[in-house]
Amino acid sequence: MIRVCPLDQLPAGEAVRIIANVPIAVFNADGDFYAIDDTCTHQDASLADGWLEGCQVECPLHASSFDLRTGAVTGLPAKKPVRTYPVSVEAGVLYVDAPSQVGAV
Amino acid sequence: MRSIAVVGASLAGLRAAQALRTKGYDGRLTLVGAEPHRPYDRPPLSKNFLAGELDAAELALLDPAEDTALGADWRLGVRATGVDPAAGTVALSDGTELAVDGLVIATGGRPRTLPGTERIDGVLTLRTLDDALALRTRIAAGPTNVVVVGAGFLGAEVSSTLRGLGLAVTVVEALPVPLAGALGPELGALCAELPGDHGVPLITGQSVTGLGTAGSAAGSAVASVRLADGRELAADLVVVAIGIRPNTEWLAGSGLAVDDGVRTDVGFRTALPNVVAVGDVARHHCDGRHVRHEHWTNAADEPAAAVTNLLAGRTIDRCSGRGYFWSDQYGVRIQFAGSISPTDEVRVLEGSTAERAFLAGYHRAGRVTGVLAMNLPRAFNRARRGLTARNTEEDRCPSCSSAEPGGAPRTAADTTSSTPSTRA
Repeated sequence: MIRVCPLDQLPAGEAVRIIANVPIAVFNADGDFYAIDDTCTHQDASLADGWLEGCQVECPLHASSFDLRTGAVTGLPAKKPVRTYPVSVEAGVLYVDAPSQVGAV
Repeated sequence: MRSIAVVGASLAGLRAAQALRTKGYDGRLTLVGAEPHRPYDRPPLSKNFLAGELDAAELALLDPAEDTALGADWRLGVRATGVDPAAGTVALSDGTELAVDGLVIATGGRPRTLPGTERIDGVLTLRTLDDALALRTRIAAGPTNVVVVGAGFLGAEVSSTLRGLGLAVTVVEALPVPLAGALGPELGALCAELPGDHGVPLITGQSVTGLGTAGSAAGSAVASVRLADGRELAADLVVVAIGIRPNTEWLAGSGLAVDDGVRTDVGFRTALPNVVAVGDVARHHCDGRHVRHEHWTNAADEPAAAVTNLLAGRTIDRCSGRGYFWSDQYGVRIQFAGSISPTDEVRVLEGSTAERAFLAGYHRAGRVTGVLAMNLPRAFNRARRGLTARNTEEDRCPSCSSAEPGGAPRTAADTTSSTPSTRA
């Protein structure tokens, strides 16, 4: 389990990027927390910098969009889904279940 | 319509073909492409593809399942050579003819070249996959001195990539400030600092007057680049990135208005009611003038509106007016949106220009006309959305708000739908 941050440090509509074995973006979508691969599957851009709307995140570079719940592509030009990771909360702290960690960015 | 040809098989052409199917068009669909390749993404050609970090298969815009679903008749490695609206035909370079009742023009452009340098070896342009492969071959041979002519976005990206590969690169730009037209003089000047940060001399305000060669025979290798002030730069590889010319010659005599691109209305409809033009080749009516964009996002976004209007036979959808583009160069991601004038006032809204991480706004007469960011994607997207929302409310495309049909007389080409065949 990778510690992300205390819940109150990730307000609704915000995202944080953590470094696991790959970068992971963790979102607070109106109170629900999701974690997906941070790097867009289309071209190199950070989805944590993307535009969050409901459970969709739009890539900041070419507007590909992904469903945070499933990782599925919901808008071109990306074609490959991103991976999703389980998220949990313990004692007011947010965790992501993903292999290896260096630290939060 | 029962037989539509999309001429041009890059991003705009492909998106048009896909949009036709999405909108329910189930007739014959022919995609004509001058290159032998299925549609691929061009932006990486100057960046990670040129650096050898991607292979050609990774550039594909269409996977096999999507290709099958598209149900298109591909005519690749073939150019369109003419259009006869009265007969409803498109002539192709292999001597065949397509009978069509709808046409999407998406032929893009080709690089401008330095006059008189066509027969000199080692002078390359970059537009296509094959161009990029040829440039990669030259890079692999280890040139000693590379000169990039042109410090626009393409020249900047190519020089950045070549420098990243460890090559000695010099950039020559005819304008006093590169990108001044696109970004304004202030932020153009800031971008002009980037090559120098990475050990790439940028010579501005100098046009190239000629190239020196290692011999006098045709096909001799380039040896130098001569500048207007008399300087002569040693060069065994020259990359010319001085813009494109739209591919419109094949439309001569078609009755279409061609003027640095194919003129269209706000919805990409041309003077012929069953013909639309999209992407780099289209000069569409927007904000009270005709503009031709050479951006990926225009090629990606315009076809949906164009195809809606083509199928409707009138202009019911129009330009989105987002004006968004990006450029990755010298470790910096530049993002821009809007429609600015070089005299607009620039204000840094967030971050620091010295640190190459900032958001700036362009202002004119009390309103924001555009936004630009370096390495600040989240702030940029917020600002860009604000810009779009404001423009939608206040003054988005005043000329677009009265979208009207092209008004051109319908031609016989409109009535050829009973013969949706490809004549060989």
